[in-house]
Amino acid sequence: MGQGYFVNINMSTFYFIAFLSIFFSILVITAKNPVHSILYLILTFFTFTIHYILMNAQFLAIVNFIVYMGAILVLFLYTLMLINLNKDSEPVKPFMVKFAGVFGGGILMVALAASLKSIGASNPVILQNPDLGLVKNLGKVLFNEFLLPFEISSVLLLSAMVGAVLLATKDTKTA
Amino acid sequence: MGLVDIAFKFGLILIIFLISLVVAMYSTYAERKIAAFFQDRIGPNRAGPFGLLQPLADGAKMFLKEEIIPTNATPFLFIVGPSLAILTACIGSAVIPWGQQITIGGHIVDLQVTDINVGVLYIFGVVSLGVYGVMIGGWASNNKYSLLGAIRAASQNISYEISMGLSIIALLMLTGTLSLREIAEQQHGWNWNILRQPLGFLIFIVCAFAETNRTPFDLPECETELVGGYHTEYSSMKLGFYLFAEYINMFISSAVMATLYWGGYNYPGMDWMLAHTGPTIAPIIGVVVLFAKTFLFIFFFMWVRWTIPRFRYDQLMDLGWKILIPLAIANIVLTGIVSATLTHFGY
Amino acid sequence: MESLSNKRKVLEVKPLNFLERAYLPAIAGGLITTMKHFFRKPVTISYPEEKREFSENFRGMHSLKRDEDGKERCTACGLCALSCPAEAITMTAAERQKGEEHLYREEKYAAVYEINMLRCIFCGLCEEACPKEAIYLDGDIVPADYLRKDFIYGKDKLVEAPLNQ
Repeated sequence: MGQGYFVNINMSTFYFIAFLSIFFSILVITAKNPVHSILYLILTFFTFTIHYILMNAQFLAIVNFIVYMGAILVLFLYTLMLINLNKDSEPVKPFMVKFAGVFGGGILMVALAASLKSIGASNPVILQNPDLGLVKNLGKVLFNEFLLPFEISSVLLLSAMVGAVLLATKDTKTA
Repeated sequence: MGLVDIAFKFGLILIIFLISLVVAMYSTYAERKIAAFFQDRIGPNRAGPFGLLQPLADGAKMFLKEEIIPTNATPFLFIVGPSLAILTACIGSAVIPWGQQITIGGHIVDLQVTDINVGVLYIFGVVSLGVYGVMIGGWASNNKYSLLGAIRAASQNISYEISMGLSIIALLMLTGTLSLREIAEQQHGWNWNILRQPLGFLIFIVCAFAETNRTPFDLPECETELVGGYHTEYSSMKLGFYLFAEYINMFISSAVMATLYWGGYNYPGMDWMLAHTGPTIAPIIGVVVLFAKTFLFIFFFMWVRWTIPRFRYDQLMDLGWKILIPLAIANIVLTGIVSATLTHFGY
Repeated sequence: MESLSNKRKVLEVKPLNFLERAYLPAIAGGLITTMKHFFRKPVTISYPEEKREFSENFRGMHSLKRDEDGKERCTACGLCALSCPAEAITMTAAERQKGEEHLYREEKYAAVYEINMLRCIFCGLCEEACPKEAIYLDGDIVPADYLRKDFIYGKDKLVEAPLNQ
């Protein structure tokens, strides 16, 4: 079993998983029932986890697994279950909103096409250290080279938390 | 990795899977028997000697019950719910080190299915995934009580996952690794983590009760308020899967607690044992020790179940958010200060 | 209002102190209590094998008695059926033929005697009503069964076993 064998396996797995990702994400936007749509989103995120594992980024994979699949999407599902999902409660969108949606989507399409054009010229990125995704290395990188962005993002999260607490407590005073 | 190693691996997976199932089966028996002892009764004693065949009879009964899918349920998701519940319960055992490396006929075998370097996080991920089975099942039943049970399960799991994670962080600050194998190796002999992290363990075990939906936190299936909670509409083996998943979860979380805090397969005098009995027998004793610890925790789960009444829902949330999380953060700070001071003074 | 007996005890609700609010000591106390019960002897009586002792005036299954010579005492007068508040008893009378003197004490006897155990309330009024001391509720608990028809007990189940057996 040479190196080529594994590369081949990896490539075909990658294509298969990539296909699944796209397939499920299309299902997310086409599903009629919002709860089904969330469930497809969960599957999409699961395929992302597999992508991370294929790239040997175990920490990212598991964090994606815990945070996105295990917490955020549970909350999505949670709120969706509480909303009354009758067909007649679906608001009729005015023409302007539809137009804005089509316009925005078109612009995104153009931007993506333009960026794709420039990507074709560059060389594929080659990872210097294949074990970069392991916890130990990732931790060292995070707390040395990227310490400042890391701490700033934590402050951002803290401010979001404080804001949430503030919003939650304000209600009780007025009521 | 040779063929023999792969064969050993598959054998190990199969054995662990079977053990999980058998332990879960006999947990139902143990639960009823222990409940009986706590209430001055005898418990099941008709099927076989001491009622030992009771789980088999229960299983046969479960399989023979009528399969009901409610008219207004979503049939596919209704089946996916219990399947997911038991799947997530079973895959948690993959990273638990059941014993040291054992030598069988010249082959060195790892008594762990896989030693990934993020083992603790893997367990965490599997636990957080476990709530989907409950939520999907509860929603797909199209029943108010099921939905309420599912929602309770979701909010409870998310709330307690936070303090569970924070309590583990304090432990990880001491171990410096996420691999369960290394954490187990560090606790060689008497050097158990419980001695260094008693508060962390307390928070962890409370959260484990909440995550496995055991009394006093069994609000998702609270009979007095919600009929049967999320599995109100379930019957036959689909119900069996839900109940089974709960017991497997209990087994796995007991094993995790034993590994993280109570020394795993380590026991005092293990070096003497290794020197005197050789590399085949000594690891087996370690496995037995780990199982003994696990069973003690399962017993503790049951002991608490038959002692403490169920929490009210707001009390549950208060405990999770207002007490356990600040306590866990305080534990982290304390651990940091103490370990920094100790390193400073050269210990 | 002033209590006349002076037995009234005024309770005041004190705020919980720290140990009580910490909840853990209370849990430990509860665990100790249940553990004490764990080692206590079970109070269960495993019914079909072990039986609780019946009181003297316990009324169980009926039995139709025989006299000292082993003859059936019942004369099918129907007083028991009449007295029965649940109307559980029916019978068909028949005349004693020649050569049956050793079987029946009186000239008239019950050819069919049936008690519906699902109707019977075990009040014992049949016992009181019987002028011949032929029926007593001195038996065991009536066993469970699967079909309603099996609860209608005929003479095969009710009459005492013959003496010389």
